[in-house]
Amino acid sequence: MRLYFRFLAIHVKSAMAYRTSFFLSCLGHLLIAVNCFLGVIFLLDRFGDIGGYTLEQLALCYAAILAATSLAECFARGFDAFPGILRQAQFDRLLVRPRPLVAQVICQDLKPAVASRLVQAAVMAVWAIRAGAVAWTAGKAAVFALMVLCGAGVFFGLFLVYAGLCFFTLEGLEVMNIFTDGVREYGKYPFGVYGKNVLRVLTFLVPMALVQHWPLQYLLGRGPWWYGLCPPLALAFLVPCFLFWRFGVRHYTSTGS
Amino acid sequence: MKKYLAFFRMRLMAGLQYRMAALAGLSTQFVWGTMEVLIYRVFWLERPERFPMGMQALASYIWLQQAFLTLFALWQWEPELIRSVRTGEVAYELTRPMDLYGMWLTRSLALRLGRGLLRALPVVLLGSLIPAPYGLRLTVSPAVFGLFLLSSALMLTVSCALGMLLYALAFHLTDTTGVLAVMTAAAELLGGAIVPLPFLPDGLRRVAELSPFGAMQNVPLRIFGGDIPLRDIPAAMGLQAFWAAVLLAAGYAVMHAGLRRTAVAGG
Repeated sequence: MRLYFRFLAIHVKSAMAYRTSFFLSCLGHLLIAVNCFLGVIFLLDRFGDIGGYTLEQLALCYAAILAATSLAECFARGFDAFPGILRQAQFDRLLVRPRPLVAQVICQDLKPAVASRLVQAAVMAVWAIRAGAVAWTAGKAAVFALMVLCGAGVFFGLFLVYAGLCFFTLEGLEVMNIFTDGVREYGKYPFGVYGKNVLRVLTFLVPMALVQHWPLQYLLGRGPWWYGLCPPLALAFLVPCFLFWRFGVRHYTSTGS
Repeated sequence: MKKYLAFFRMRLMAGLQYRMAALAGLSTQFVWGTMEVLIYRVFWLERPERFPMGMQALASYIWLQQAFLTLFALWQWEPELIRSVRTGEVAYELTRPMDLYGMWLTRSLALRLGRGLLRALPVVLLGSLIPAPYGLRLTVSPAVFGLFLLSSALMLTVSCALGMLLYALAFHLTDTTGVLAVMTAAAELLGGAIVPLPFLPDGLRRVAELSPFGAMQNVPLRIFGGDIPLRDIPAAMGLQAFWAAVLLAAGYAVMHAGLRRTAVAGG
């Protein structure tokens, strides 16, 4: 963990060396996420609500997903750049160092600019809370925090699978974008809105609904209290992801030269 | 002209090269299309009377949008062109006996077309297998379909010309990140990628329709679904042609103003 913060400091420093460039890429990240929610605002403005959810409630939902993905991307950017690391045989260097492998990959590339989305998530959450989306109790606040943290965990698992696949394909598979970018993009609505089949896939296969749809039902008073306990369950997803990554590492034979 | 044609063929082949990537992109596009349709379906079932366009027209819009993404999406530019200006590698390009603007324009047209055609067909096929009114259906006459094709060609020209303007700006700015970020965001919002233009609030919608971004996917995709009535089509396509001409001229002027001042360092 201390290692991570050392690396974070280094990356922030190197980003700060080109200050305007850093702020402009912050702006870029921000505009994409703002745009995405503008679409929701326009549609809700026209139709009033969707599946019984109001705009404030959707803002809360999107804030949780946005914070979770940004956290995960802040940490796991190295896995996103993993095809490059593999192809240039930088991975060999990591293997010989006496530090945990995952921690090293994480530290290869950190994107402080992504943190700008965390700010947006915070603003949206505050707005949703002040607009009275939820009758807050200590328990509900804790569940909201769990949604963000465990959501980041599930994303981290997805990145692990993505990197693990690279051992076999040597290039990034765009298919994984369905889950990583797709969840960020379509997580702006609770997954239940998309119908039962989508909800089933996202509950049992890739447990994104466990950190978004189900606990949200509890927060909004639409479901029993134990729905709030779903997020930690989603972390079980990390076990197969990690095993797959290990399987990939064992399969690794250097790209040579 | 022969030079440009040869160059065009070369880049078209390059675009057609990446079959695996296209296959992977295909599944992404299909899932994204499905999710979009599912969301609008909920709104449509709840309050059909507030829908500004028919569900069928909207579904066709979404599927074509996914199919032809590479033809018009502004973010499908080639970062290596901008990089080559920054690093000075552009000097090699300048030694060729062709106009740089013409060469790069040919290049972007060919690459977009190459990537696009490879992806479009399977998405179109899958989209048309989905039951009405949620699948892709051709509901207009063959004549209007002809107009759709013509308007698509204009859309491709406008997107490439806009991309060229951005590349040309790279000759004047040291860092284009900010310009690119703002332009992409504007194109997404005003071009109808976030929500189709009829779903925007009225004031914003009017601005969007007149802007160059509204002259891209907005026109052909809505012609295809029959959402633009026949008598309004000439005006919409005229606006497309207008923006294509303006952007081509602007890009050419900006690039040549930049080229006059450019001094490539190094030996």
